Amino acid sequence: MVVGLGLVVLLVVAPVFLSRFYVYLLALILVTGLLATSLNMVLGYGGMYQFHHAVFYGIGAYAFALMLSKTTLSPVFAFVAGPVAAAILSLVMGLICVRLSKLYFGMLQLSLGSLVWAVVFRWYSFTGGDDGIHGVPMPPFISSITSSYYFTLIVAGICLCAMYLIINSPFGRVFQAIRDNPERSEAIGVNVRLHQLVGLVIAGFFGGIAGVLFVAVEGSVFPDLMFWTLSLEILIMCLLGGWFTFLGPMLGAAIIVTLRTIVGVYTAYWTMVLAIVLMVLIFFLPQGVLGYLQARFLTPGTVVLREEE
Amino acid sequence: MENVANVTLPGLAQQILVGLSRTTILFIVSSGLSLVLGVLRIPNLAHGSLYMIGAFLAYSIATLFGGGSTGFWLALVLAPVGVAVISLAVERGIFCRLYDREHLMLLLFTFALMLFFRDAVKLVWGSDYRSLAAPSLLEGSFSIFDLPFPRYNLFLLIVGPLVAVGLWLLTNKTKIGKISRAAAVDRDMVGAVGINVSWVFAFVFIIGCFLAGLGGALVAPTQNITQGMDHTIIMEAFLIVIIGGLGNIWGALLGALIFGLTDSIGILVWPQFAIVFPYVAVVIVLTFRPKGLLKATW
Repeated sequence: MVVGLGLVVLLVVAPVFLSRFYVYLLALILVTGLLATSLNMVLGYGGMYQFHHAVFYGIGAYAFALMLSKTTLSPVFAFVAGPVAAAILSLVMGLICVRLSKLYFGMLQLSLGSLVWAVVFRWYSFTGGDDGIHGVPMPPFISSITSSYYFTLIVAGICLCAMYLIINSPFGRVFQAIRDNPERSEAIGVNVRLHQLVGLVIAGFFGGIAGVLFVAVEGSVFPDLMFWTLSLEILIMCLLGGWFTFLGPMLGAAIIVTLRTIVGVYTAYWTMVLAIVLMVLIFFLPQGVLGYLQARFLTPGTVVLREEE
Repeated sequence: MENVANVTLPGLAQQILVGLSRTTILFIVSSGLSLVLGVLRIPNLAHGSLYMIGAFLAYSIATLFGGGSTGFWLALVLAPVGVAVISLAVERGIFCRLYDREHLMLLLFTFALMLFFRDAVKLVWGSDYRSLAAPSLLEGSFSIFDLPFPRYNLFLLIVGPLVAVGLWLLTNKTKIGKISRAAAVDRDMVGAVGINVSWVFAFVFIIGCFLAGLGGALVAPTQNITQGMDHTIIMEAFLIVIIGGLGNIWGALLGALIFGLTDSIGILVWPQFAIVFPYVAVVIVLTFRPKGLLKATW
């Protein structure tokens, strides 16, 4: 608790001490962390192999950027459009995918997501194709890096609280029960598919918010935001931080984004460093960093255990 | 959609032939992936990297032997062998320790491997693209319906069925092939009758990766050999394996046909959105037959 409060205070005062570059880095960590946490809602808490989560991030970002640059409506609509577009896409994809499970679910989801990516990648007249959209006109209150950092911090904070509440709500409990044993949940009268679908839509919605925040920080969008390699990268963040813990994905995102930025300064071969870190992790810390710390230092009862299928 | 009007019968035939040559490459790569997925249950994301390494190795070997026809034929044999050697090291060094882990972990491990190979290729070959000339025997083109069709593509059309038949013979007519199919169904039982399953897995993994290398060496003369090759092919190969049915070689052939033909006809019909067509085909197939067109091994 004390650690958490300290962290929040640090995040709030950080821009006073740090240079623009580090403020930008912090904002990027918050955005990516929010994205990873939204993925982990379905991955860690729902047990669904959402292989292409980045597509919701991308759609949220594109909807926001397109509303700002192509319409003259009030920015409020743009802020709403991002998450809503992502949630609608998530609903459509979910309806198609949800009857499958595990690897088959993931693969169908991956192909649907790639389809969306391919359309965005080629639709030059509307999405800017592979160039994307640069210099999105920002509303004045998030035009500087410090103000967009605070905006990101506040929104990400609210979203994390909301997700935490959802996971610990009756809905969230049922969702986790489905992860642990779908057959038994079905037998006691839970509508498994409906719960999974709602979970997917919620995760897509928050993924869309992360996309909006990305544009607020970066000021541009490009199709790589919804390329499948990014999806696997955020999957790795969940795993690295600990996918059975709530804040694990946030920690994973912080580690990977920082690693990329810092190592990227010294060598062009940062992916090799990431690869080696990952291999070591899979061998020695399959529970993730936070999962390991929890198991090591908290009472054993708090560790989420999962039966092997 | 004004391009639709320009579709002529010879143009269509030509485009189908091009699509079929593309199918050959896709089939060779995805059958290897399917084999590994079917028997070892590893969704090997590094498969595309091995394909890329195959192409770069083919370039280096061909250049080493003077770049002529001899160089090309040697490269076609040696590059896949080189890839197989790399894969043997990876399998014995790493994968054989991870077989009992969850699929997600294996998938992420192969992703890490993919990242590793990506930078390894950048280290060894630099970030420029390379190109490899086809041997003089296969250079130039001949005409079909008065439209040029490259000789090399015809060569690919011959190699594809040869590989398919070879794979069928290997998995159905040889002892090791039968053992590996048995191991795909029930590995514990195969182990119980006294067969060293671990080495069977190594064998299958090497064959699968050999095919990736072969695909890379074969594709080298038709396109630029670049850093991004692994990303494109692995996604295509995965989708092909999924729509064909996991672990089913003929499914990989069928999937490759669907992918190759929708792509090449898409280029004719609506060039701007050509890359969308195969994905649409995949989504349609999976919506109606979520476990693939042919019977999956698991």
